[in-house]
Amino acid sequence: MATKTAIKNTSASASKRLDVKKTYKIYIDGKFPRTESGRFYALKDAAGNVIANVCRGSRKDLRDAVVSNRKAQNDWSKRSAYNKAQILYRIAETLEGRKAQFIDTMMKEGYKESNAKAEVEAAIDLLVYYAGWSDKYIQVFSTVNPVESSHFNFSYPEPTGIVNVICPQNQALLGIVSHAAPVIIGGNTCTLVVAEKHPLTAVEFAEVIHASDLPGGVINIITGYRKEFIAHASSHMDVNAIICSDVDQEQRKTIQINAALNVKRVVDYSKEETASPYRIMSCQEIKTTWHPIGI
Amino acid sequence: MKKSSAKGGLKFDTKWSYAPAPETPDHIQLKEKYDLFINGKFTAPSSKKYFDTINPATEKKIASVADANAADVDKAVTAARTAQQKVWSKISAAERGKYIYRIARVMQEKARELAIIESIDGGKPIRESRDIDVPLAAAHFFYYAGWADKLEYAFPGKKTAPLGVAGQIIPWNFPLLMAAWKIAPALAAGNTVVLKPAETTPLTALKLAEILQEADLPPGVVNIITGAGATGAAIVNHPGIDKIAFTGSTDVGKIIQKALAGTDKKYTLELGGKAANIIFEDAAIDQAVEGIVNGIFFNQGHVCCAGSRLFVQEGIAKEVIRKLKDRIQTLIVGDPLDKNTDIGAINSKAQLNKIKSLVQIGIKEGGECWQSDCDVPSKGFWFRPTLFTNVAQSSTIVQEEIFGPVLAIQTFRTVEEVIEKANNTPYGLSGGVWTDKGSKVFKVSSKLRAGVIWANTYNKFDPTSPFGGYKESGVGREGGLHGLSPYLKLY
Repeated sequence: MATKTAIKNTSASASKRLDVKKTYKIYIDGKFPRTESGRFYALKDAAGNVIANVCRGSRKDLRDAVVSNRKAQNDWSKRSAYNKAQILYRIAETLEGRKAQFIDTMMKEGYKESNAKAEVEAAIDLLVYYAGWSDKYIQVFSTVNPVESSHFNFSYPEPTGIVNVICPQNQALLGIVSHAAPVIIGGNTCTLVVAEKHPLTAVEFAEVIHASDLPGGVINIITGYRKEFIAHASSHMDVNAIICSDVDQEQRKTIQINAALNVKRVVDYSKEETASPYRIMSCQEIKTTWHPIGI
Repeated sequence: MKKSSAKGGLKFDTKWSYAPAPETPDHIQLKEKYDLFINGKFTAPSSKKYFDTINPATEKKIASVADANAADVDKAVTAARTAQQKVWSKISAAERGKYIYRIARVMQEKARELAIIESIDGGKPIRESRDIDVPLAAAHFFYYAGWADKLEYAFPGKKTAPLGVAGQIIPWNFPLLMAAWKIAPALAAGNTVVLKPAETTPLTALKLAEILQEADLPPGVVNIITGAGATGAAIVNHPGIDKIAFTGSTDVGKIIQKALAGTDKKYTLELGGKAANIIFEDAAIDQAVEGIVNGIFFNQGHVCCAGSRLFVQEGIAKEVIRKLKDRIQTLIVGDPLDKNTDIGAINSKAQLNKIKSLVQIGIKEGGECWQSDCDVPSKGFWFRPTLFTNVAQSSTIVQEEIFGPVLAIQTFRTVEEVIEKANNTPYGLSGGVWTDKGSKVFKVSSKLRAGVIWANTYNKFDPTSPFGGYKESGVGREGGLHGLSPYLKLY
């Protein structure tokens, strides 16, 4: 680690050593491929120095990601609530252990240290919060329905399926966690199109989930230009819902028009608190089952 | 072209004959001409145009009905807005509930009249309108009435507020019941309503308007305007509408979803289906056969959740199909007002033509078509109960919603296979599972991607029971606690 903070914390002699620079790649199906397009964009710091050449993801990357989401969906939605909770909690644990790294990376991306620290801590706590909902939201939002006829009738939430997420632009880490945690704890799988200015944080978060027993394909992370993904993410016919929270009016309209192609649910988290079971419920379908009572 | 008939099989009709048992329509009160119900009064349309609603069993005109244009829609929306702001949001929630209870009670008092009109205008058998549509519609009002002053208990951690004015567009298959499904939760949540019934079945909604007058519902709280697609579009596109609730085809649902893009209007869509009804070898076969019949022939198959794809496990396929044919052969097709009638008239000529053309496609694509050889009346729109065997997943009649009395039968061997086949459709409204084994019920019902699963039963409905689809079968739920949230702002 050769960032300013790292240097400060070690010794002056470290600066003589040649840095090993990292290639930041996208995260699909539990692997870190380069974008199939071969394109990149240069991420610069405030002074205009290039920090990294970041994958400028493509439509094909998104399509590959959705294929892996679909493949992973069945297994993930079948996992027990307890298991899903423990995996989310494990992500929080892993993130806690890498707090310094994230603060460091977010500072490279322009955060003040105090803001970075506050956001990383909030993200960790939010993961713990949603881990806790795993085996509770179904209890809170289910009903047993006292139908007039002689039937046992109950309704409970099931995952909507595959969710594409256009992540907020201004929150490097919390934007990802606050949009992915409620989606996956509800048994969905998702592909995140992450903030253009914060791709390093996003890829390092991919490394965190990769190390936390989250099965490949449950969360895919694609870096690139948001405007290139608005149409693709909203028009994909095997995607069941799309979350967009801080898109502009024109982009929102495009998303909503495309969503009508296969009656996608269009979800906006901006009006819902960051920590809320109603975020989980916005990517759930209520299933009602009838069964006769008799001999 | 393969087409076989039941001739040579069991001849139930010679052994079982029923004397006609028609419900008399002499006591029902219908006007010759219906205006638009706006702001508590029947008002002539600014369009000055009227259209006929006919009896699909006789093709005779019943009444003429106003055709609302955009100016009429605007009047209705304005009345609804004023009523919401000045009246409906000002009275206490408990009082709001009491109005809704009143509506339920008057509907019960007039149940017989409503049932007859429903059957005359839409073609459904009186047995169904009398025993299902009308009582369920009243029950919906009764159920949601009680929610009006209890909304704070429905959504933990949230406060609730009404959305404002709801625009509601309903189909012709359950005219009064759909009006109840739409209006009752909207009112309980504190919204006001502009409702448009389907153009072929407007009469029970207009009778409901009279009931609302009788219940002293404040003017403008519910406005009922008639017309066809253009009227519906004017409601969808009106800037004064806060929420659209639509029940109808997936095609139109997509048009509406698209039209609402870029607006802040909320929406719920209850769209088409192509439900799998799955019969396992260990099912109680005779009960399953009844369930299959009810699943596909209920309301002439004009049901979005109809069990239109039958999956029979291979070992019992022959037996099930034989019993099914025998049973279908006994179904009585004819006068909707006759209490013996099992299958009434097809709702409209357009729908009949659609059914006929899809059946022709089914035959052309190599499906084996079998029809009951029952008698049908010479006048009116009729279609004999029909089933297809030798069809594939890719067959048009397996993929597309027919919305008529036509069943496509496929077989399967394993649980995994049938789940895969059942889910292999863009729809996800409902499904049926027939087996004697409880664990199999839970496995299959949890794996079907559909909003309503009937296990060892089919086509059951209740106001407390949420209804609505996954995937392209729609967004949101109607009925039950879950049917409230589409009409509320949670904060």
